Amino acid sequence: MSLKKLIGNKTMAALAVLITVFANTSAFAQEAAAAATAKPVDMGPIYKSTLFYILLFLLLCLFIAIVGKALRVYELTQETQGKQSINWDKVNGIIFAIFLVVGLYGVYWEYTVHGEMLLPEAASEHGKKIDQMFNITLIITTIVFILTHIVLFAFAYFYKSSNNRKAYYYPHNNALERVWTIIPALVLTVLVLMGFLTWRSIFYKIEDPNNKPLSIEVTSSQFQWDIRYPGADGVVGKKNYKKITAINALGIDFTDKNSLDDQIGDEIVLPVNKPVRFILTSKDVLHSFYMPHFRVQLNTVPGMTSYFEFTPTITTEQMKVKTNDPSFKYLLLCAKICGANHYNMQKPVRVVTQAEYDAWVVKQTPYLTNDLRKAFNLPVIAEPVAAPAKADTTAKDTVKTNQIALKK
Amino acid sequence: MSTISLQDTHHHDSHDDHGHHHETFLTKYVFSQDHKMIAKQFLITGIIMAVIAMGLSILFRLQLAWPDKSFPLLETFLGKWAEGGRIKPDFYLALVTIHGTIMVFFVLTAGLSGTFSNLLIPLQLGARDMASPFLNMLSYWFFFSACVIMMGSFFIQTGPASAGWTIYPPLSAVPTAIPGSGMGMTLWLISMVLFVASSLMGGINYVTTVLNMRTKGMDLWKMPLTIWAFFLTAILGILSFPVLVAGVVLLIFDRSFGTSFYLSDIVMGTQVLPNEGGSPILWQHLFWFLGHPEVYIVIMPALGISSEIISVNSRKPIFGYHAMIYSLIGITTLSFIVWGHHMFVTGMNPLLGGVFMITTLIIAVPSAVKTFNYLATLWRGNIRFTPAMLFAIGLVSFFISGGLTGIFLGNAALDINLHDTYFVVAHFHLVMGSAAIFGMLAGVYHWFPKMFGKMMNAKLGYLHFWLTFICAYLVFFPLHFLGLDGVPRRYYAFTEFEFMNKWLTVNVFVTWAAIVAALAQVAFLFNFFYSIFKGKKAPQNPWEANTLEWTTPVEHLHGNWPGEIPTVYRWPYDYSKPGAEHDFIPQTVPFSQTMSSNLPHDFEGNAEAEKVQKDWEAVNKPTQEEAE
Repeated sequence: MSLKKLIGNKTMAALAVLITVFANTSAFAQEAAAAATAKPVDMGPIYKSTLFYILLFLLLCLFIAIVGKALRVYELTQETQGKQSINWDKVNGIIFAIFLVVGLYGVYWEYTVHGEMLLPEAASEHGKKIDQMFNITLIITTIVFILTHIVLFAFAYFYKSSNNRKAYYYPHNNALERVWTIIPALVLTVLVLMGFLTWRSIFYKIEDPNNKPLSIEVTSSQFQWDIRYPGADGVVGKKNYKKITAINALGIDFTDKNSLDDQIGDEIVLPVNKPVRFILTSKDVLHSFYMPHFRVQLNTVPGMTSYFEFTPTITTEQMKVKTNDPSFKYLLLCAKICGANHYNMQKPVRVVTQAEYDAWVVKQTPYLTNDLRKAFNLPVIAEPVAAPAKADTTAKDTVKTNQIALKK
Repeated sequence: MSTISLQDTHHHDSHDDHGHHHETFLTKYVFSQDHKMIAKQFLITGIIMAVIAMGLSILFRLQLAWPDKSFPLLETFLGKWAEGGRIKPDFYLALVTIHGTIMVFFVLTAGLSGTFSNLLIPLQLGARDMASPFLNMLSYWFFFSACVIMMGSFFIQTGPASAGWTIYPPLSAVPTAIPGSGMGMTLWLISMVLFVASSLMGGINYVTTVLNMRTKGMDLWKMPLTIWAFFLTAILGILSFPVLVAGVVLLIFDRSFGTSFYLSDIVMGTQVLPNEGGSPILWQHLFWFLGHPEVYIVIMPALGISSEIISVNSRKPIFGYHAMIYSLIGITTLSFIVWGHHMFVTGMNPLLGGVFMITTLIIAVPSAVKTFNYLATLWRGNIRFTPAMLFAIGLVSFFISGGLTGIFLGNAALDINLHDTYFVVAHFHLVMGSAAIFGMLAGVYHWFPKMFGKMMNAKLGYLHFWLTFICAYLVFFPLHFLGLDGVPRRYYAFTEFEFMNKWLTVNVFVTWAAIVAALAQVAFLFNFFYSIFKGKKAPQNPWEANTLEWTTPVEHLHGNWPGEIPTVYRWPYDYSKPGAEHDFIPQTVPFSQTMSSNLPHDFEGNAEAEKVQKDWEAVNKPTQEEAE
């Protein structure tokens, strides 16, 4: 009798919930009708579909409630008959065992399927060291991960509650504890040492006088990267944020002679196997100069210049072959939250041979325009004809004049 | 040993006097000074905030999974922030920011520490209430105001703060950089100051109570691990939160009074800002000086809770009680000198990077010890899978997984390519978003009978656990691989980069897993609120545990124990002791009543007691053998 009553109560409760939901949604529908006068969008079908999902969920809840009730009834009948009802400790123990097996397969699947979708091999010298370091760490952690999880879930399965057994009183074992303090400590010491050496080799570079790095300045701002190549003198000139105007977006100080031949890079082109030193600056907020293929990342900070030096080792063309992807591109992304368009702050990057680089770099337009010459009281050169076909010669001309200006 | 202290009796009397006061609804349920009621207030506020933050996460998961799809319903609720049914980029960032802030501070700090420190410190130590009940009440109401103000930022025109939960300036300092850095950021900062005030008041109270108000016999080395964890967490909070306030106040100055603590050389478009001489890096140092201890503030109470639950439900003493405490102390100390690992690639001096890498990887040792000790506790146990136990085991699993990925991120060289990618997201969601939340849920299931005098439905608990456990792994495990492929976090859509297209299907999968996980919480919420009113009445000691809270009556009373406060004679982990009658011996049982199960170790070198025991054994042991 009481059981019947219980089920009755449950149905009543479920009905009440359903009615409330209907009432609520119809209230929403009324609001929507009011809104419809202002907006032409017909919300009817949308509410219907939302309602559909809500009802589906409620149905699921009802189903679970019924299953729960049925289990309860089963357990009660078993109990009244003096039989053993469901042993939930056993059930949970078994689910843990299943979870272990399925989980291990899942990890294997992830490692092999998603693990295949990752970045290609590092395209820089230090990147190779980082990858090596990564692989060692991955192997160690995977072993620990698998073993500890096998132990954890196996213990959960084998030592599930039983009335025939008493737990083993085992409060401590100093020898054992010493072992599992010292072993992780040793492993971590090895990792720390290797990491520390790798880190030092990345950030403390000894300059080779025969192979001086190419300096490239990067200025980040919402939401773009401005690249400044040093020009023929190989030195990026000074800049000062106070000099920023509509025509001088980077605030380049053209009274510094090193600035006169600085060129705009509308993409980042790097010669292969030559060290490159990025001078990282920011105009407005923090950004992060992130080139995952080279294992390069450093924040750009307004008011503070930071440097990252590395040597690209694989050209874009070679990488296309290696990855078997004809559309392969190196990328520069922003990795530090910087505003609404953070997700689309990119610049193409190409790694080319030295010869290709030399041919490309001379074609780049200098920052110094006639407007800027006027602003900085520099001699103005004749207005070049603004024809795209002649852009190349124009660039060369300006480079020449720059050099003249330099000599003066 | 058995003399009754006068002080206790006195307490008892004053409690009786207190009981005569008439309690109104307002003093009992709203401005309550009873630690148990305050714990419930913290818990329920925490749960509400958790549901809100989870809802926000579903919103941005929708955006990530279906970046091109329109959800007109979103426009109905969010208006101009989801014009045409698609969430706008800056609102996406606001969602991410507020989700993180609520989860880290309001749920996992206040909701976790606030609930369980308040509930358990007096109950497990044998105190009538906190050292300062009034301060305790203030602590809750400051927290509540902080929540209200934070949520209030959704109702202002420029929207909530949206510079990430770490609110790095200049993005957070310059209102023209992002709309959320207007009024929304001001509210965020005010809310945070109130929050820190709340957490300091709480922390001071916890430390004072632990140090001064333990019952007779409860020396520090007889305290349950829960209390050790809460105690050390409170110390961490007291030492690190003020630094955040200092940072926040300087940021308020920069934003509102034109100072330049964090700002220098900034040009918005072509407008040159007058600030000079500050450094955005300073904020990061101040923030992470709190921020890193903060993640231990989040995880340590969860570890303490799970230690207790695993021991009770394995029917075994926690393995290596002292090692557990020393590793907690080790984590506490080390957590102050590792903050720089959040800043490896900020342009900070590389020398510092090397130093912080060393300290960071050292902190993995005590964490490893804790994990192995949990495993050893389970070994040859007699495990009862209560929902609390399931969640505690889940915590151990997440703690292992998240801890191991931490070894990658703590390595400065590897961090270069992993920093600010989805790998980081996956890592901290495993440790904080999963392990710490599981600790909190385990605590709720375990101490629900103590809080509300009712039992929760175990079967719904199982359903809740298995769905959440599986879905949490389905959500966070694949995210590691996005990070390894170089996908940065906080990206509004994966549509602008060709290489990210291959992860779109993964995003859809992850979003579905997240939706199922969110719906699974309905099982918990229903169970929780239904059981408060209609649950089965709880017995006094439903889990057959040793700690003091189960010696109090089921019906709450202000002052906890109706008579004198019980005296403590032994450590809290005498489970399945050989020779004992039952498989648990509460802390209040003197050794004189358990002669058959006493071990030489129990007497801690007390020669007299050892002699008594030997004499007893000389008389009784042979007879036992004869009987056999």
